[in-house]
Amino acid sequence: MTGGTGNIVAPLPFPTAARRELADGQLRANLRRATHTIRDKRLRVVGEVPDWEALRRSGAAIKDDVLARMPELLEQFEAAAIAAGATVHWARDSTEACAVVTGLVQQTGSTEVVKVKSMATQEIGLNEALAEAGIAAVETDLAELIVQLADDTPSHILVPAIHYNRRQIRDIFASRMPGVDVASLTDEPAALAEAARRHLRAKFLSARVAISGANFAIAETGTLAVVESEGNGRMCLTLPETLISVVGVEKLLPTFRDLEVFLQLLPRSSTGERMNPYTSLWTGVTPGDGPQTLHIVLVDNGRTETLADPVGRQALRCIRCSACLNVCPVYERVGGHAYGSVYPGPIGAILSPQMTGPDAGANRTLPYASTLCGACFDACPVRIDIPQVLVHLRQRGVDARRGRPSAERTAMQAMSWVMRDRRRYAAALRAARRGSAPLRWVTGRRGQVRRLPWPLSAWTASRDAPLPAAETFRDWWAGRDRSTHGGGRS
Amino acid sequence: MTSASRTGGAAAGQGSARDEVLARIRAARPTEPVRVPRDYHTAPATGTPDAGQADRDRVELLIDRLVDYRATVRRCTPDGVTEALAELLGEVPTVVVPAGVPEGWLSAYPGGIRRDGDPDPLTVADLDAPGLAVLTGCAVAIAETGTLILDGGPDQGRRLLSLVPDHHLCVVRTDQVVGGLPEALARLADPTRPLTLVSGPSATSDIELDRVEGVHGPRRLEVLIVDG
Ligand code: SF4
Repeated sequence: MTGGTGNIVAPLPFPTAARRELADGQLRANLRRATHTIRDKRLRVVGEVPDWEALRRSGAAIKDDVLARMPELLEQFEAAAIAAGATVHWARDSTEACAVVTGLVQQTGSTEVVKVKSMATQEIGLNEALAEAGIAAVETDLAELIVQLADDTPSHILVPAIHYNRRQIRDIFASRMPGVDVASLTDEPAALAEAARRHLRAKFLSARVAISGANFAIAETGTLAVVESEGNGRMCLTLPETLISVVGVEKLLPTFRDLEVFLQLLPRSSTGERMNPYTSLWTGVTPGDGPQTLHIVLVDNGRTETLADPVGRQALRCIRCSACLNVCPVYERVGGHAYGSVYPGPIGAILSPQMTGPDAGANRTLPYASTLCGACFDACPVRIDIPQVLVHLRQRGVDARRGRPSAERTAMQAMSWVMRDRRRYAAALRAARRGSAPLRWVTGRRGQVRRLPWPLSAWTASRDAPLPAAETFRDWWAGRDRSTHGGGRS
Repeated sequence: MTSASRTGGAAAGQGSARDEVLARIRAARPTEPVRVPRDYHTAPATGTPDAGQADRDRVELLIDRLVDYRATVRRCTPDGVTEALAELLGEVPTVVVPAGVPEGWLSAYPGGIRRDGDPDPLTVADLDAPGLAVLTGCAVAIAETGTLILDGGPDQGRRLLSLVPDHHLCVVRTDQVVGGLPEALARLADPTRPLTLVSGPSATSDIELDRVEGVHGPRRLEVLIVDG
């Protein structure tokens, strides 16, 4: 078993989880507004860059080069980081990674750590593991703090609290933030940010240990990079004595120069800004400046499993910008929680089942969480062909289950039974038309049906379908044929 | 390199995590070598008759981008630095400076000056005092993105100086301004120094995507551009 473990396993089949989330109208309204705002900003700033396509192609190629030379580059990174004063650790999976980090924190004698927002630490379930060892992990990113105080899980890679509006956040702070002045706390974003600032300032100034991830790890120099906005990252990376950075093995870039590509691609794709307010780069330790002890934990956790699939491995190029989430019509409606894993949206649909292997929890259903519209590929700064991988994983799933009964296989069998035979197909469509005639009257011309009558219900079990045309193409063709032969076209 | 610096985590006796992860990757990776195209924009035309105009445009662009981030920007001649700084720091009671900031810069400033020095470096509590401003130089500035790069040089000092005080004033010489990221990274003297890229004041958009400035880093970013 080399599959990844941790918070990358969907507990519920995607259609079930999606249906639950769809019931939340507030969630859908918040999501829609947020994703549309970010995607419009992104389009504007990407439009400013005349060489965007060239940058995307270089970005994809640099990451492919990393995948092809990963062992050498990891060894190079490790040697450079050690030479600069860091200690490097390795972890096969989430359990091992958590054990390494917990042990390192325990060595410092500290029972509280400050954390920079990091997907890798969420993936391995670090906060939970630290809590079990009696260590409190304080999330310092505002959105992560909101989610942590609410005892919730993040729903978006970039804006984890995107599913809350200001009123809801105000109430979370009022009831959960220690020492907050409830009476004077309004729901103005500035007031809420100020409350968070005051709450966290004391933590930053007293913290002895910080835990971060890294957006990039430079093999040539042993450098790590964190890209952020609020300055909480800088606080964590600068003030504590000990810094522990948890880094997925695919975060490598071969050379320092490669940052010239990725520091252009990431901010514009992610927040729709020309540049994020703060980027920190550090190499080992610098006497007199910043943490004097640096640990780097290199984590596999299913990445090598993903690397082994020639079609699916492109998912490892991902720089977690979240552009694909913001353009995805499925994500926009169901939100991040429906995907179960810490990696939501289109990238999550291909990454989670590959990292864990398809048999973990309900991860087999994730490649169906898509309309295959292709918007995610167009948005992706490293040109991951997500639709191609989705189809590949669906195919792989069906092949693996050949001869075994499953809901999906039964549905596909019913569909192919219907579609194999012209009369059966025509009859099914007629039945669908009859069934949907009243619906059409209600929904008008642009209607969608949530559930088609059997046997086409196999299709709508996990997706809406356009209403069947009032007349079948076949009927229309037959009619047109007759009239053509009768009078000819004039 | 000792084995202690490469711990394999909990699974002692099963071979080290390092060896196992590397072996897995060797077995799984693709074998095709990859050629990386570099046909994106890396440097402006230099030495052309228009180079002077291009320099002026670059500085204008930087100012435009900085203002867009709600930083405040002021320009002066090399002779005017002292006066400009005294005006910009106006009401500020105390300013913190790294060791390498030229003495002359603050000769007209009436407030208190605290230099972060080697024998007694300032503490975090010193820097957290209310009303404090910090004055630094920078290594490179990027026009297209409105970014200032600090690399810990003598006039920039330790990272926490430009982080903890609520007000950061940064002096940029026009000859430090480049067009884009590729030129900026290529100009850095040593990429292994601690680097901080600053683009506008600290900000968050986590609440309904409303931008709020000044969460943890300085709330005020002022830039003095010196023709040079
Ligand atoms: S798959 Fe592409 S678009 Fe989606 S988060 Fe990763 S890099 Fe961004």
